[in-house]
Amino acid sequence: MTPRRSSALLALPAVVLGIVFFAWPMVSIIATGLSADPGRIASILGKGTTLSTVWFTLWQAVASTILTLLVGIPAAYAFSRFRFPGRALARVLVTIPFVLPTVVVAIAFLALIGPGGVLGVDLAGTVWAILAAHVFFNLAVVIRTVGSLWSHLDPRLEEAAASLGAKPWTVFRTITLPLLRPSIAAAGAIVFLFSFTSFGIVLLLGAPHLTTIEVEIYRSAALVFDLPAAAVLALIQVVGVTTGLIIYARHQERSGIGQHLLPAVATAQRPVGRQRWLVAAAVGMPLAISVIPIAVIVWRVLTAGGGVGLGSLRAIEAVDPSVVNVASAIGNSLQFGVIACTLTLMVALPAAVVIASRRGPMGRWLDTLLMLPIGSSAVTLGFGFVVALDAPVDLRAWWGLVPIAHTLVAMPFVIRSTVPVIRSIGPRLREAAAVLGATPGRVWRTIDLPMLTPAAAGAAALAFVISLGEFGATLFVARPGGKTMTLAIFSLFGRPGPTNLSAAFALSLLLIVVTGAVVALLERTRAPGVGSF
Amino acid sequence: MKRITLLLAIFLVAAACAEDSGPATVRLLTHDFFAVPDELLTQFTNETGIEVEIIRGGDAGIVINQAILASGNPVADVLFGVDTTLLSRTIDADLFQPYRSEIGRDFVDQYGTAGGLVTPIDFGDVCLNYDTIRLPNPPASLEDLTAERFRGMLVVPDPTISTPGLAFLLATIDRFGETTPYNWRDYWADLRANDVEIVADWGTAYYSSFSATGTGSRPIVVSYASSPPAEVLFSDPPIDRATTAVIEDGCFRQVEYAGVLRGSRNQDSARRLIDFMLSIPFQESVPSSMFVFPVNPAAMLPEVFIGNALVPSDPASIDPDTIEQNRERWLTEWIDTVLR
Repeated sequence: MTPRRSSALLALPAVVLGIVFFAWPMVSIIATGLSADPGRIASILGKGTTLSTVWFTLWQAVASTILTLLVGIPAAYAFSRFRFPGRALARVLVTIPFVLPTVVVAIAFLALIGPGGVLGVDLAGTVWAILAAHVFFNLAVVIRTVGSLWSHLDPRLEEAAASLGAKPWTVFRTITLPLLRPSIAAAGAIVFLFSFTSFGIVLLLGAPHLTTIEVEIYRSAALVFDLPAAAVLALIQVVGVTTGLIIYARHQERSGIGQHLLPAVATAQRPVGRQRWLVAAAVGMPLAISVIPIAVIVWRVLTAGGGVGLGSLRAIEAVDPSVVNVASAIGNSLQFGVIACTLTLMVALPAAVVIASRRGPMGRWLDTLLMLPIGSSAVTLGFGFVVALDAPVDLRAWWGLVPIAHTLVAMPFVIRSTVPVIRSIGPRLREAAAVLGATPGRVWRTIDLPMLTPAAAGAAALAFVISLGEFGATLFVARPGGKTMTLAIFSLFGRPGPTNLSAAFALSLLLIVVTGAVVALLERTRAPGVGSF
Repeated sequence: MKRITLLLAIFLVAAACAEDSGPATVRLLTHDFFAVPDELLTQFTNETGIEVEIIRGGDAGIVINQAILASGNPVADVLFGVDTTLLSRTIDADLFQPYRSEIGRDFVDQYGTAGGLVTPIDFGDVCLNYDTIRLPNPPASLEDLTAERFRGMLVVPDPTISTPGLAFLLATIDRFGETTPYNWRDYWADLRANDVEIVADWGTAYYSSFSATGTGSRPIVVSYASSPPAEVLFSDPPIDRATTAVIEDGCFRQVEYAGVLRGSRNQDSARRLIDFMLSIPFQESVPSSMFVFPVNPAAMLPEVFIGNALVPSDPASIDPDTIEQNRERWLTEWIDTVLR
């Protein structure tokens, strides 16, 4: 057996999972929709509202991506190149929004910039509210992805350019930016995917005038049950996302620059003089964007039920378990989190090994294809499960669909954070071990695994947190048994009565705290080597 | 390798056992807002030897459409949560096996059964609620909402996304008609001129825009007739009377139905589950768990519902077939009138 062949087989679990639980259901439901009434496809495509929806979806996603990059890149610079007091805490705070349920975020944003909002401007129903929420959600993606590469760049390159007389801006444009390009493209692609398929945010903050393809799919599927229209829109979305990913993969192929990376500790320094102000501004902006809406949620928890205090946390106990069983929701979330996290590691790590060992197009294409699920319509996939998973074994109401859906969403992140580490393990170490008579399995166990463990631990924590905060896919899968925490929050927001509202906010706070703790842990165990996200 | 084989064998045996032995299970497909006290389910299992597995699949529209996609080869045995606006669609899709429960013999027909295919379980009225503190003199009728003194006071969830929003639209269509000189489109044009606010869903309307329960400034909201008692029932510290009340005019009644899914392999257990849902203990639990009213007239209402809730005497209702045939056109016309 040659090493190359065995390595390709390692990607099999990820590919099988993707085909059975993503590609096959998606193809089935789109085919069902299109064949239901083929005559209507052209009329749906030609409708003015379809065109304007597609156009709006596209431009708001591009605008969200650009804005997130504009705020995120300076922050990534500050976080990766400087040591300053409270850096770890700040990193945790900017990561929390990424896992918050959209319902909670929408309520927080409406309290801030909705009618009668704290900030005094009513932006509800405008594109500004949507863009602000998208930046809030996705900042962590940019800061962590770009920041981790930045912290390992060799500063001597920049210093050399500066000593040859280049101005700071020229150094950035000609040296730093090209070196960072792969990570900026990766972060931008993920932000674009999330914004392009944004559902809850657009539904709650864009109503009644602004809709994206995903919201229109929901509208067609949930209320009107116009399956052909939903299928056409889902197809447009898949084509859009795939095109985006192909452009991204091509770009990655061309822009890959071999470079010498350094440990992060060597490159970070204390800011001096004017740098202090720059760092404060670069960190302060994303921090404000992340913290203010979270503060609104915390404030609602503290002031619920009249006075100020933690009394409203009792609301969690006060919720009638026959209405929403909060305890079981917490239990379910933790259980699904553990399963999704284990499954993600089992499936994504071998795939990451394959992607890391193939620097050519094959690795990149695999990497790109595994990103598709995060850019696809959750409603459509939920319906796809119903159509496709009835035979040979009826899996349509299998509890495992929820953690599997979470795994599909978490996989790209885990792959992104482990591939660079695997690549950084010098081949000479492996060769030396092999020369000394170690079998390939033993080489992997004694060389690769120990070096990979910190990154894998970080990836596991990330998968756990993603599973904890996942909402869209969970909502549209037929689930036996209980709800997860995000669904319980959603359910509580759908019921009248002050304790239900208090409990919804209290549960959100719990989610924020758990997420914060996990992210903080992730910070502590961060690999000293290279690690995206 | 041996260990893996052993594990696999254990797993397969365990899986086989799970299939065959143990009590019979009946699977109930429903929406995310379905709620039932655990004791009642345990009681049902003790009495019948049947375990109930609840499968939730999102909001009512999504669940119904999931069921339709699997018509004849169902995921579950019983479907609960089909409401008036969705009933015709499930009948057209041939989703149900006929069943008439003996328990409901005397009272189900007044709510409709689609020729014995479905069983009504509960009903609820979508009604305007108002803030009794901000608005001591509430509008008395739908017509009042277009008056200058109620300008900028009403918030409505988007009928193209939200079920209560759709119910309110249907109430106005029932009241003002389609071809009358002043039809429902004229009415909505006047509401628009009077600065009606449209938001995405009920939660946003009630918890963000409504002045009594949210942070907003709108004292009139589309909600449910059972919302004021919920304000009392779930208040902390306890209060006696809600600071919200129901406007009796312009309510729309939604009945929620259950049915035995065609193709179910546990027809008998499925029927017994429907009997259970019509029985007094379950019927008496629906007001406090789901904020709806029991169809069984022998079921007693909780105290707080008697004092604070209102069962409108003459709510609007539109025949499910008429809704199914016109829904898409009505929603398109509504968008043209109110949003464009």
